[in-house]
Amino acid sequence: MTPNIKHHLTEELLLGYSTGSLPEAVNIAVATHISMCDECRAAAEAYDSVGGAVLDQAETVSVSESCFASVMESIRTAPATDRRLARRPADPVLPAPLRDYVGGSLDKVNWRPAGMGVRQAILPTSGEATARLLYIPAGTAVPDHSHGGMELTLVLQGAFRDEDGHFGRGDIEVADSEVEHTPIADIGEDCICLAVTDAPLRFKGLLPRLAQPFLRI
Amino acid sequence: MNETWIGCMIRIRDEQDEQAFAEVFQYFAPRVKAFLMRSGTDAALAEECVQEVMTTVWQKSAMFDPARASVATWIFTIARNRKIDILRRQKRPEPEDIYWGPEEEPDQAESIGLQQESEKLGAAIAELPDKQRELIEKAYFGDLTHREIADMTGLPLGTIKSRIRLALDRLRHAMDRK
Ligand SMILES: [Zn+2]
Ligand SMILES: [Zn+2]
Repeated sequence: MTPNIKHHLTEELLLGYSTGSLPEAVNIAVATHISMCDECRAAAEAYDSVGGAVLDQAETVSVSESCFASVMESIRTAPATDRRLARRPADPVLPAPLRDYVGGSLDKVNWRPAGMGVRQAILPTSGEATARLLYIPAGTAVPDHSHGGMELTLVLQGAFRDEDGHFGRGDIEVADSEVEHTPIADIGEDCICLAVTDAPLRFKGLLPRLAQPFLRI
Repeated sequence: MNETWIGCMIRIRDEQDEQAFAEVFQYFAPRVKAFLMRSGTDAALAEECVQEVMTTVWQKSAMFDPARASVATWIFTIARNRKIDILRRQKRPEPEDIYWGPEEEPDQAESIGLQQESEKLGAAIAELPDKQRELIEKAYFGDLTHREIADMTGLPLGTIKSRIRLALDRLRHAMDRK
């Protein structure tokens, strides 16, 4: 867990994650932040408790006579599993949900150049929203841009600063279409972020706009 | 009621007690089926899905933590994940787990506290005006998008959150000692 997280998930995201109504790419950002933040983990589990109470109080639909027997049959025939699962090996940069999508640790990321020294890797998800890892060299700026929709930026390594404040490992910036900003990576260390967008970004400068279709930003 | 289900889960986990499992099944299987059908699956798919959910309840019984969830909450999360898998053909990214070590058992007082808060939350939901309760139900059955946010004011979410937070702190400390 990462202490000193200052920028957290919104109530809307926590509720959406609990009810299961968010796009897959957004779920990745929520699950990754929760992996590093016990505050939001507790909040998400509190929302799950509402789901539990709803299930508990829900009307019932009777199951078939054979349902229980079928379940017992599959339990008896299933291969014996280790009933206490082993902890997966940790990674200093990528929490478990990201390792699942990358297929391993940081060295497994398939970086592609995105211009101006920035590199990116798009994660395979459903098309409603896009999740990408961004590698921003220390001191570099991500071009000035606004959003057609929501943008989540979660810091995994290093830090960046923009008009909204300073964001370090574990911090998540939730920006909507109103926000126009220029994130700049701190000098000390290269910055790695998870960025999730549900609409293309709009860049102000001509060159980045021309490059946009190739970058799939 | 919560206490009964926890007792059952512990017997399933420690003794593979089929009678205890039958009790859990009898109560929760028809609720999980109703939940899936309200979320848009037909009866046949819901039935198939119920079987998978209940099989998971048995197989993952060691993962159930009464200091962090009621049995209803835990089964809800399994059913929800299965629903996303089946209806949207997506896997659900889950947070990195915090596991109990083999010798770590949840603290009794913590799990009792959490279960009491769960009951308070259930009662608060039952007492909501019909319209507000229906909105919350709809949000969890998947009939609302996250933008049409349900009004959660008046629910004792803060107290249940601090209970869970306590349990998480304890888990972290247990892990640090290793
Ligand atoms: Zn947080
Ligand atoms: Zn942005």
